[in-house]
Parts: sequence; C-alpha cells; structure tokens
Amino acid sequence: MSRMSGPMAQQLVGKGAARAIHRRERQSFGVNKRPSWTTYAVLVAVLLVSIYPIYFTVLLASSDAATIARNPIPSLVPGPNFFDNVSRVLGSDIKFWTALANSTIVAVVTSVSVVFFATLAGFAFSKLRFRGRNGLLVFVIATMAVPTQLGVVPLFILMSELGWVGKLQAVIVPGMVTAFGVFWMTQYLRDALPFELIEAARVDGASMIRTFWSVALPAAKPAAAMLALFTFVGSWTNFFWPFIILGSANPTLPVALQLLQASYFKDYSLIMAGVVVATLPLIAVFVVAGRQLVAGIMQGAVKG
Amino acid sequence: MQSLTWRQRLSRLDVKLSPYLYISPFFLLFFVVGLFPLLYTAWVSLHDWHLIGGQGEMIGFANYVAVFDQPNFYRALRNTFSIFILSSVPQIIAAILIAYFLDTNLRAKTFWRMGVLLPYVVAPVAVSMIFSKIFADQSGAANALLAMFGADPIGWHADPFWAHVAIATMVNFRWTGYNALIFLAAMQAIPREVYEAAIVDGARRWRTFFSVTVPMLKPTIIFVVITSTIGGLQIFDEPRMFDTMGTGGADKQWLTLTMYIYELGWGAQKSFGRAAAVSWILFAIIVVIGAINFFITRRIASSGGKGDL
Repeated sequence: MSRMSGPMAQQLVGKGAARAIHRRERQSFGVNKRPSWTTYAVLVAVLLVSIYPIYFTVLLASSDAATIARNPIPSLVPGPNFFDNVSRVLGSDIKFWTALANSTIVAVVTSVSVVFFATLAGFAFSKLRFRGRNGLLVFVIATMAVPTQLGVVPLFILMSELGWVGKLQAVIVPGMVTAFGVFWMTQYLRDALPFELIEAARVDGASMIRTFWSVALPAAKPAAAMLALFTFVGSWTNFFWPFIILGSANPTLPVALQLLQASYFKDYSLIMAGVVVATLPLIAVFVVAGRQLVAGIMQGAVKG
Repeated sequence: MQSLTWRQRLSRLDVKLSPYLYISPFFLLFFVVGLFPLLYTAWVSLHDWHLIGGQGEMIGFANYVAVFDQPNFYRALRNTFSIFILSSVPQIIAAILIAYFLDTNLRAKTFWRMGVLLPYVVAPVAVSMIFSKIFADQSGAANALLAMFGADPIGWHADPFWAHVAIATMVNFRWTGYNALIFLAAMQAIPREVYEAAIVDGARRWRTFFSVTVPMLKPTIIFVVITSTIGGLQIFDEPRMFDTMGTGGADKQWLTLTMYIYELGWGAQKSFGRAAAVSWILFAIIVVIGAINFFITRRIASSGGKGDL
C-alpha cells in the first residue's frame, strides 16, 4: 500500500500526521468535503421558513388590533404590548389557567405511563421467552397502522357510560400505552440489555418484576427519555379527541385556543398571544431537549 | 422427580406468567379503546342512533344511503384527497432535498437539524391559527406579498383549490423537517463507498443524487408514504381551525371527511348512526389505499431494487 491509512498513521507517527492524512483523504474524495456556500444558503432559507411563522406570531402577539389591521406584513420589531396581551388572554373568560394545568397533567401522566408500560412490554418482548411471542409482537406492530381515531363514536358512547365526558381521565386513559412505545422499547432493549445482566439478577434470586425494576429499567433510560419526549409533544398538541370529549368547562390548551379563536376572532393580538402561551412551554422543552428529539427521529428511521 | 418447594413453584409461575402480565396492559387498552370501538362503529352505523337519545332501531344501510345522498359527503371526499395530495407529494420531495443538503459535512450539524425540526413542536391547532392569518383573504401577509410583486390577490378561503393549498401548507410546515430527518438518517446509512465509486466514475453531484441517493431511499420513501396516508386522510385540526366557524367554509370548500364525521355526530344532526357510517367508509378507504400501497411495495421489492427491506 503506497498510502498510509489514518489509524495506521496514528499508530506510527502520532495524531498530527493522522489528522493531515485524514484531511487529504477528505479533499481527494469529495464526500467529506466541507459543503459550498450554496448549501448553507439553501439551509438558511429553509430555517427562515420554519422560524418566520413562529416569529410572526410573536410580532402579532406584541402588537394591537389596529396596528395589525393596518399592516398585513408586520414590522420585524416586536411591539410593546406583549405582556399586556398575555395577561388579557389569561384573564379572559376562556379558562387558560385551567387549560395550562390540564395540558401539563395530561402530558406528564401520559408520558410516565407510556414509558412504564412500554418498557415493561418491551422487556418481555425482547428478553423473556414465552409462547406466541413473535406473533404477538407482529400484532403490536400491525396495530400501528389501524386508524383508531375512526372509532370515535363508540369511544364517546363508552365514555358517556363511564360518566367521563368532560373529565381528564377520558383523555389520559386511552393514551396510557402505545404500540409505537412498545415497539420502540423492544427494539432498544434487544441491543442495550445483555442477557448476562438478567441472568445475574435471576441467580441472585430476584423475582421477574425485581429484575425488571433493577436491571431493565435502568438500561432503558436513554430510549425511555426519548419516548417520554415524543409522548409529551404528542399529548400537548393533541386536539381531535380532547375537543370532542372535554368541552369549554375543562379544556386542554389546543381546545382553549379553539375557544379563543371562536370568541375573539377580531383581535389578532389576543389570539396570537394565546398561541404563544400554548406554544412557549414546548419551545422551552425543545431548546433543552431538541437534540434528543432529532436523535430519536433519526434512530427510529433506521430501525423502523 | 422430587417435589418442588412452594418457593420454587412460585418462581416457576413467575417465569411463566410474568411475560404475559407485562404485555397485557397494551393489549387490554388496545382492545377496549382501539379495536372494539372501531368494530362497534359498524354496528352503530346500522342503527338510528342519536347523540343524546341513544340507540334506536336497526335500520340496515339507511345511514349509508342517506350519506351517499348528501353533496357534502362528496365535497368532503374531494377535499380530503386534494389536501392529502397537495400535502404529501411536495412535502416528500422537499424533505428529500433538505435531507440531501443536511447530509453534507456541515459545521454545527445539530443546529441545522434542530432548526428544521422546530415547527414540529407547534401544535397543528396553533399552526392553523397562524397560517389562517397569513392566508387571510383581505388582510393576510400572503396577499400583501403578492401585491408587492403586482400580482392579484388570491381567494385563499373563497376558492376551494387555494384553500386546499393553504391547508396543505400548514401540514407541510409542520412535517417537512421531521421527514427530512428520517430521510437524512436513511441517507447516512448508505455506505460511503457507493458514493465514492460514483464520484470516481466521474458522476456529478446531481447525477449522484438521482442515480444513487434516491434509489437507495426507496424503502424509506415507502415508509413515509404509508404513515402519511394513514394520518393525512384523517386530517381534522388544520381545516377545522382554518376559519372561526369550523364548518369547512360557506360552500364546504375545505370540509374534510373527519370534520364531516364530527359535524354529523356532534353538529346539528347529532346522528351517531351517520357519523359512524362515514367513519366506516373512511376506514374502508384507508384499508384499500393501504392494500394498494402494499402491492406496489411488493412489486418494487420483487423487481429487485437494491437496499429494500
């Protein structure tokens, strides 16, 4: 071989040389070359498209009805009325505080529950031997393609029978474990949890549930965190079913937004302030954990 | 064989029963709130069933006949498909292109990836409220922008086609970046040697894109098409919030099938029977399209495309 490979160079002549060779390889092959400015220009344009509508919302939420009516395209500098508009939304006859609390409760309880039950099922599917395992797992995966939203009429009848119309449990209970979650945790634990760990716990005399609790659950943490994030976002943005079952007395945030739009449709500064109130918590989550969301989507795509 | 102590017996039972116990919450919940309601929908659709009055007489297929007799059903069918096509086709093309630009040796990779994903955390309801302002017929930013270029304003709400474009734009806004990341992951799984071979053969960038990247993405494209079909045909949030009334416009220009289900069941008619009939029709449509997808996929797979699942 006439040319030294990177790792070989590192062994023989140290890191500096390895880096230089690596750089040369990059240039010669074009695949790992730094992209040209056009690539950045395209991506900046894409980013502007994804950010502008959100910024537009902030601009309107900090303005007032008259200014908005005058300028269809708002000036890029926010107005002075943001906090005023937000407090008007929170003080309106739409129960925004209730909605904020409800959305938080539903999203947190649903996420915790999905993670727990999905990890439990994922542990069984990936690591325990039982009759019918493969068939049942295929069944779980197949249910992901079932449009269960179309069972909305009987589900409503069922909730009426239970006396749950207008109550949060009507939104929480149907979402307590998902096929996606089970599939996700099964895939993850298959690689991440070595059989030796389970056997060690079993030899120590741990029961199955104790093994799950002390071995599987800790091993599942990274995937569980991602699953919790996706469930949280899904729950926070969910509209169709809460809209049908909850009503105006006990809304979640998307339901409250619909009520806001219906009753204050002339004042866009107020409506957009409501949108900001409903969206800001998830944006905050995104700033902290967006990296995990990106990683989760990309891992799911490769495995799924 | 020596008799087992009760402790050993318990342990055996634990090993045997625990797996079923652990997977049971999913199955229990799926049967009670997923499968049973879906199947029971067929039963409800054969009855005269009122939101408040409850179950009435069995009336055979009268609900279906009544639904097939209403022009709004056909409008909803047309609108649903139109919005679906306008949101899925451009979205998948844009997502692949964005993924292609992301699949380079960028500086600050995570920044760009997070940037395209940002719209995903905005609820569809909120997205719809933002874009119905941007696409307002009289005072919207879109028409103001058109006016700056001397173009005539568009009836984003008045005209069915443009209403569909506006609603599809909302869907595309929220999902393009998400799908771009899925395609990006698939692109990164393509072995670098394949590209290097193409480059050594003298293929230019765009030629590599069309003859290497896109064919290798086939399984991922199929996956994205199938998931967006199931979700897209049930679209509700965006068209529901496109105006303040939520009834799909004066001439039902953007009434979708799921909105129609809501209107029949919880609107003026309060007819659960008819709402169930439309649910069942939409279910049948999704099953048929799913089957078509499946056969096309099989066709592609058996025609020997490389990199198929």
